[in-house]
Amino acid sequence: MLTIERALVDKIVAHARADHPDEACGVVAGPAGSDRPARFVAMTNAERSPTFYRFDSMEQLRVWREMDDRDEEPVVIYHSHTATEAYPSRTDVSYASEPNAHYVLVSTRDAEDVEFRSYRIVDGVVTEEEVTVVESDSAEGRQATESH
Amino acid sequence: MAIEVRIPTILRTLTDGSKAVEGKGGTLDELFSDLDARHPGLRARLVEGGKLRRFVNVYLNDEDVRFLGGLETEVSDGDNVTILPAVAGG
Repeated sequence: MLTIERALVDKIVAHARADHPDEACGVVAGPAGSDRPARFVAMTNAERSPTFYRFDSMEQLRVWREMDDRDEEPVVIYHSHTATEAYPSRTDVSYASEPNAHYVLVSTRDAEDVEFRSYRIVDGVVTEEEVTVVESDSAEGRQATESH
Repeated sequence: MAIEVRIPTILRTLTDGSKAVEGKGGTLDELFSDLDARHPGLRARLVEGGKLRRFVNVYLNDEDVRFLGGLETEVSDGDNVTILPAVAGG
């Protein structure tokens, strides 16, 4: 299951909408081992394409090193589909290389109703998981308000 | 002195969990062969058909080796090599 703050969901969806009809991509970093996405990092889609995405290699090095230095990991890796459903494509599965990450797919094909779904992709096997959106992730407690 | 190579999570099964390993060689190609002798299977995850795999990023001292000389890029003691799987899809 992916538990994520609403503010982060909103940022991911806003990025996907802004880059439509090209695919948008990025990560949400979180403390290593926590499984909690915390720090939103929009990435450049070096392909600038409606059907493909690839992180810019130099930007990826910088961001991955920054995560290393802060003892973080890519808890969420997201990208958008702009004409199809929010389900991993064959290429998404074949290039998935972070077995610990939640792969979030957003579909912007319907401008009014953006789909937001999450998957594990390990050794070529896709498993969809529940997404729980929380209002805030403060130490005082979490309020689960919505499940997809 | 040797060349330090940083290994991504997905390849650490080949390095007994190590985040970084050391190797030697005059080029990246030689370095990967040297590493493969101690970490069998590693080279095949990086090289295919005599070329760097398309969806693997290799950096020499923070430069993408695709913009240097690919597998023929010269390396020497004290250099740092970082391997990162590309994040890509459709």
